[in-house]
Amino acid sequence: MSAAPTARSLGMATCHECGLLVRTGSTTEEPAFACPRCRASVHVRKHDSLRRVWALLFAAAVLYIPANTFPIMTTTYLGAAQSDTIMSGVIYLAQEDWPLAVVVFVASVMVPIVKIVVLAFLAASVRARSRWRPADRTRLYRITESIGPWSMVDVYVVTVLVALVRLDALASVEAEVGAIFFGAVVVLTIFAAESFDPRLIWDAAGDAPVDEPTAAPPGLVSGGEPEGGVA
Amino acid sequence: MVPEEFVACHDCDLIHRIPVGQEGRSGRCTRCGAVLFNHKRNTVERTLALTAAGAVLFAVANLFPFLSFDMQGRVTETTLLSGVVELWSQGMGVLAVLVLLTAVIAPGVQLSLLGYVLVPLHAGRVPWRLELALRALRRIETWSMMEVFLIGILVALVKLGRMAEIVPGPAIYSFAILILVLAGAAATLDRRAVWQRLTVGA
Ligand SMILES: [Zn+2]
Ligand SMILES: [Zn+2]
Repeated sequence: MSAAPTARSLGMATCHECGLLVRTGSTTEEPAFACPRCRASVHVRKHDSLRRVWALLFAAAVLYIPANTFPIMTTTYLGAAQSDTIMSGVIYLAQEDWPLAVVVFVASVMVPIVKIVVLAFLAASVRARSRWRPADRTRLYRITESIGPWSMVDVYVVTVLVALVRLDALASVEAEVGAIFFGAVVVLTIFAAESFDPRLIWDAAGDAPVDEPTAAPPGLVSGGEPEGGVA
Repeated sequence: MVPEEFVACHDCDLIHRIPVGQEGRSGRCTRCGAVLFNHKRNTVERTLALTAAGAVLFAVANLFPFLSFDMQGRVTETTLLSGVVELWSQGMGVLAVLVLLTAVIAPGVQLSLLGYVLVPLHAGRVPWRLELALRALRRIETWSMMEVFLIGILVALVKLGRMAEIVPGPAIYSFAILILVLAGAAATLDRRAVWQRLTVGA
């Protein structure tokens, strides 16, 4: 079984901005030139990917604690003040509308922690040069990258509430520091997902066989069926 | 003979040969399943139409109140921006900037860049510094989170249900449609085809 023809193995690299395949002239060294089409600097792999991923994940994991323990807002209603954390907000919401509470729980509590754990797992698997199911790990990465924004939902809830409820002593809502920590976790996990380079999974997997036996030499992509759904 | 080009999969680096032009065809990586290309029919015209609709909806969503809050006869109205202003005045500047960026600036810049790229392309010209506009568009899209904001509004409504009467304003409807229009614009834009308009080797 010969190694699958990758851009790197052929001395080429993809411009990360415009997708142009550029000849680098070397299979080992990192090229140092601008893309001939869009002038972005060309890298064979995302620069310093794993180190950045670990640093961002560590910061996100640390901030996840105050994000969940500090209150995100204080509601004053008819003179009585009540502070809410993410979790107490979910519990309150469950009494009003439990399907919505499930959505908020998944988006705010589960999504950040799942993102952190999955990215850490992927980074560790690359470091261990794992050859275990590279296609599934790549798919896992794509899902992780796409769910990121949903954990912003509580930050927006606070924004809408502070805008709507400002009747001084009668009823008012104040944002609290937990919401800032929470926003920081969301931003950090988005950067972490962006820093991870899924091609490292395949580099580490080495010459794992290609699914299609005919795909060993560069061939025309199969499955180029016309898309009809989105007319 | 169909014109072809070599590309590497952005997720696993495997080399493929894909057709150039060939509207209506799409293909995935044979090894990891990533979408390699998706050549849309009339990509410029369709995306431009959605962008124009999006610009109108964006203006309505920002200029008109999206909710009014009626508690024992005292009414407060909010626009998209008033939440940002209120966060700022409560000393939550970082949070205000984050919300402003993800719910107002990112979608606004996204629509502006799409217009900047697509209007000249539709007229058969290549816009000035097309590469910078496309690179900026890719950056800003990550931070456009209006669909999440809509869920946030929904949750806020349920939480306030007992406290007061909430009346949805015109902005909330245009906001909801804008989310669909923006998603449609992102889906009909064939980036590879647009990049092809830039000649290599300048
Ligand atoms: Zn480029
Ligand atoms: Zn692939």
